[in-house]
Amino acid sequence: MSRVDVGEAITQAHHEEWARVVASLTRQFGDLDIAEEAAADAFATAVERWPADGVPPNPGGWLTTTARRKALDRIRRENKREDKQKQAQMMYDDDPPGSLGAVDDERLRLIFTCCHPALASEARVALTLRLVGGLTVPEIARAFLVQEATMGQRITRAKAKIKVARIPYRVPSAADLPGRVSGVLAVLYLVFNEGYLATGPDTDPVRYDLTAEAIRLARLLRALMPEDGEVTGLLALMLLIEARRAARVSVNGELVTLGEQDRGAWDAALVAEGHQLVRERLATGQAPGRYQIHAAINAVHTSARDARDTDWSQVVALYDQLFRLDPSPIVALNRAVAIAELDGPDVALAIIDRLQDELADYHAYVAARADFLRRLGRSEESRAAYDRAIALAGNTAETAYLTRRRDQLG
Amino acid sequence: MQYLVSVIDDAPSSATSDEMSEIDAFNEGLQASGHWVFAGGLGTPSTATVIDGRGAEAIFTDGPFVETKEWLSGFWIIEAPDLDVALKLAAEGSKACNRRVEVRPFL
Repeated sequence: MSRVDVGEAITQAHHEEWARVVASLTRQFGDLDIAEEAAADAFATAVERWPADGVPPNPGGWLTTTARRKALDRIRRENKREDKQKQAQMMYDDDPPGSLGAVDDERLRLIFTCCHPALASEARVALTLRLVGGLTVPEIARAFLVQEATMGQRITRAKAKIKVARIPYRVPSAADLPGRVSGVLAVLYLVFNEGYLATGPDTDPVRYDLTAEAIRLARLLRALMPEDGEVTGLLALMLLIEARRAARVSVNGELVTLGEQDRGAWDAALVAEGHQLVRERLATGQAPGRYQIHAAINAVHTSARDARDTDWSQVVALYDQLFRLDPSPIVALNRAVAIAELDGPDVALAIIDRLQDELADYHAYVAARADFLRRLGRSEESRAAYDRAIALAGNTAETAYLTRRRDQLG
Repeated sequence: MQYLVSVIDDAPSSATSDEMSEIDAFNEGLQASGHWVFAGGLGTPSTATVIDGRGAEAIFTDGPFVETKEWLSGFWIIEAPDLDVALKLAAEGSKACNRRVEVRPFL
């Protein structure tokens, strides 16, 4: 096997096995630190040994065994006495084996622990990317534009809280599951959005590493919880957004709106997969949650070969459904953008005027206002709104787009 | 595993009689389910005295050791197998006493 092939095998094993190794070691040793370090040691050993010894027939098994040996070595090396070892095993896990039925996968325990509601949102994101996603601390620090030491501390503090406050290592009970799943989905969506609309003057407008990681984690979650409609909904939503990535930013780094995108540049395979998932959820006949409705809206958009063929009445109907579930000003704003296509910008402007108090400082609100005013020929008001939207927007591609629009005003 | 559930207050008024009866009912539930360890209400910070007994003679100072907008007005110590159970009980306690509470593990 060539060096390149071995490298690919290691990357693939890292993607497929990292979470499994960390999860099973955490279960065995009751300690996230030991599990994390031993997993990292095992992969480092693979990098050393596989090029010479060849890739083992069962890479996952090899990695778990190696990690387990590393963990035992470490515990022995640190000369922990019996009672100390017991003390380290503080993670609480009282499930009798087999009590979880279909969803009994140790990786799920790991995911729910990393996304526990008692942890700060940024800590959940960092822990999930490190322990489930296998990203290194420097990678995560770079992704969120914070110092490595800060990110390291964030992760260390979160792990300490899990241990000392005894955040359990288990899948939540059926009664708590919907709320806890939505917490996990929020973490994945946050990672995706940070990649999709990266903020900061010095970052790329789209951070492919983060969107790809969020999709990978959503695929894992769907494999573990295939019956959960919202898990499938979020994956479908991410795929349908990701499918448009190449068309979304122009060669000169400017945001291209949905209506102006070259639809031939969309990733047809991702669109097809997203549509398939949306159809799968529709076929269940169950009432959809937020992510499923968002996915359905994106399915309508990606079904139109030309922007002019978009079924706007369907889009508005879906936003109506979403608004009944989540009557937030942001949903009202997005609904108004669709209304503008169906009933005209004057109707939409009247709707969003009522959102002024809540959304005055939200860049997407101000940008939508600028757009409606422009289409109504109210150039001066539009220019002022564009100025303000440019000041509020944090994404470089969006700023470039808004600036061009403003400068094109007559 | 024991947790301290602190009751956070920001106005120097004691619990109303409605709140007291809710708290009593919650306490009885804690005792019946085996989660009860101890609980109590505290006087306002203005009733506090700070003591420094590290020198030859103890020094007594009137008032809380730090002035804050929010303070501890009472607490529960509960027995719970893990944080999930503690959070659930703390949520019920918060509802009963009609105040925010904070959960911290004992080491």
